[in-house]
Amino acid sequence: MTITDAPKIVTGRLAAHDDAHTIARYEATDGYKGLRAALQRAPQSITDEVKAASLLGRGGAGFPAGVKWGFCPPGVFPRYLVVNGDESEPGTYKDRILMESDPHQLIEGILIACYAIGCSQAFLYCRGEMALAHERLGEALNEAYAAGYVGKNILGTDYSIDIVLHWGAGAYIVGEETALIESLEGNRGMPRLKPPFFPAAKGVYLQPTVVNNVETLANLPWLMQHGAEAFHALGAENSRGTRMFAVSGHVKKPGVYEVEFGVTTFRDLLYAPIYSGGIRGDRALKAFIPGGASAPLFYEEHLDLPLEAGVVGKAGSMLGSGAIVVMDETTDMVKATRNLVRFFARESCGKCTPCREGTTWLERILDRIIDGHGRPEDIDLLLDVCDNISPGLLWPPKQTTICPLGQSATPSIVGTIKRFPEEYERYVNAPFSTTVAINGAAYLSPPVAAATGGSAE
Amino acid sequence: MPRLNPDNIELAKEILGRYPRPKSALIPLLHLAQEQDGWVTDDAMEHLAELVGCTPAEVLGTCSFYEMFKREPVGPYLVNICHGISCHLLGADELLEHAEQSLGVKTGGTTADGKITLEEAECQAACTEAPCLQVNYRYRYKVANEAFDQLITDLRAGKLDDEIPPHGTLARRATRQHIPADRAAGPAAVDVNVEPVWLSRNADASEAKG
Ligand SMILES: Cc1cc2nc3c(=O)[nH]c(=O)nc-3n(C[C@H](O)[C@H](O)[C@H](O)COP(=O)(O)O)c2cc1C
Ligand code: SF4
Ligand code: FES
Repeated sequence: MTITDAPKIVTGRLAAHDDAHTIARYEATDGYKGLRAALQRAPQSITDEVKAASLLGRGGAGFPAGVKWGFCPPGVFPRYLVVNGDESEPGTYKDRILMESDPHQLIEGILIACYAIGCSQAFLYCRGEMALAHERLGEALNEAYAAGYVGKNILGTDYSIDIVLHWGAGAYIVGEETALIESLEGNRGMPRLKPPFFPAAKGVYLQPTVVNNVETLANLPWLMQHGAEAFHALGAENSRGTRMFAVSGHVKKPGVYEVEFGVTTFRDLLYAPIYSGGIRGDRALKAFIPGGASAPLFYEEHLDLPLEAGVVGKAGSMLGSGAIVVMDETTDMVKATRNLVRFFARESCGKCTPCREGTTWLERILDRIIDGHGRPEDIDLLLDVCDNISPGLLWPPKQTTICPLGQSATPSIVGTIKRFPEEYERYVNAPFSTTVAINGAAYLSPPVAAATGGSAE
Repeated sequence: MPRLNPDNIELAKEILGRYPRPKSALIPLLHLAQEQDGWVTDDAMEHLAELVGCTPAEVLGTCSFYEMFKREPVGPYLVNICHGISCHLLGADELLEHAEQSLGVKTGGTTADGKITLEEAECQAACTEAPCLQVNYRYRYKVANEAFDQLITDLRAGKLDDEIPPHGTLARRATRQHIPADRAAGPAAVDVNVEPVWLSRNADASEAKG
């Protein structure tokens, strides 16, 4: 086990104080010191320091933040910062905590980033369904404006910027950075093609735009105060600092834990008494999702892998959005898979055929398998549809669509069919196991009579 | 019919003033319309089109993309039961079934007294608190059947109205962002290519280095 006493970089304050969301508490606990330190320095030196720290983006793709900032083409202004607070990937629960319980830390992070990048305006896009986060962020921004931290001539300097709190309205796809930008422009949240629409070059209003996740930015106040060296001293390989992981599902103590990145293992998080404390009822582990609904499943044999982006990638999955969902031996894997696939089918924006049609068919086929109308050849059909969405069923997946949402529906199907073929076979080989009520009479399924107006559901 | 009322027009103008381009304010303004009427009416959409300078069809296009905007009336309490993977593993299906029975409506329906609309929802970012639900986007964690019934009783009796404002109100007025005119940096105009002043410190720093 590798449980370390790494500092809680982003959750320390909110873990210690119930009123961490107020400016009084924030200021009393080193608040806005990172901003003050930043304003003493040349902006470029901050970008360099963030690069040196190896702060990987915490939103899913894990791209180094400092490197991303450096992609803005020189001499093209205004630049914008868009804060991605749309957190909606199933299993993911971290950004909401940071927005609700320590909003000033995020605001300070935004201010540091905009100063370093040279942004002229920041948009804080908060997922629509998070009412308390809207209230806490609104209040915190009002406090921060009144105290001179945000707005015109921040802390008496020549640095000026507005942070505009923007409310989303319910659409997972808007978490994808180019869809987020479309949404911020008042449109349907449909992703843009990259290239040419890489946000750093052509983002909001086709101007250079940096999109960063909430947790990524929340690291900056600490990083400014303690320096890249202290940050880089934590973790391993490229995975430096700490990271928040939400462990949910069949564990004794589900929770959101900030742990040292790169060295803590899945076993630590799932079994250590200070974290999730083991599987409920001391049952056996069947599978777990290591990084949100888009990530291929891991199993018992992966427990000792460290939470390090490169290692997990080589092992065939990803840390994604820091969402670990644990399934014990009682889990019906076909139903769990249907649940994951249904999500992508419903959240597909509809722009690309493989995603729109493919995910919908995957859901329908899984529905009929679970409802007892499955045919043995449906298992191959599932794989075939997956292969159409993501040819070769490789990892990392091949993309046939504008954004990665389509292919995200495939790993759970492919993985569970490989690992638990008997569960699928049990469903499809017992096609006459259910009865269906049609116009009041009980029929054995599959119900040919469905065509005459009865319900086959 | 419900266009934005004078108070809300004022607020709409304030919101519009924050963005470099007015259409960016559309989603916040749709929320404002929904806050006023509990749902988004056709008249409100026409009014918003005038305010942001686009066609009503474009407003409908945006409005219809997003789950939270209701284009038909719903009850003052919108109960969303999470059916994401973590909640699924811990009894979301059973909770939803109980809710349907207990309220006497199918998912998507509104109770006979018009008070409660029941929906199922995707992951609500409270996965460690499964199974969970939201009422008007305010959370209830680890919801057992009895707790669900108690919640409904309390909602119907108006006991939770301090904590849970009616459907459409996301953030209460006092908590809304308000940028005081004398503190505002102002929206960054898109077509003016000027380097922000503080970036000149980069040049100063490299000069100092020699
Ligand atoms: C379908 C989809 C959904 C996404 N949802 C989110 C999200 O909710 N929050 C987030 O920060 N990033 C999300 N991302 C990743 C963003 O596109 C982007 O990489 C990220 O916000 C960049 O921030 P970071 O570099 O700080 O991680 C999503 C990506 C995809 C393809
Ligand atoms: S892959 Fe799916 S969600 Fe992404 S752009 Fe295409 S249709 Fe939309
Ligand atoms: S799955 Fe229900 S809150 Fe995430």
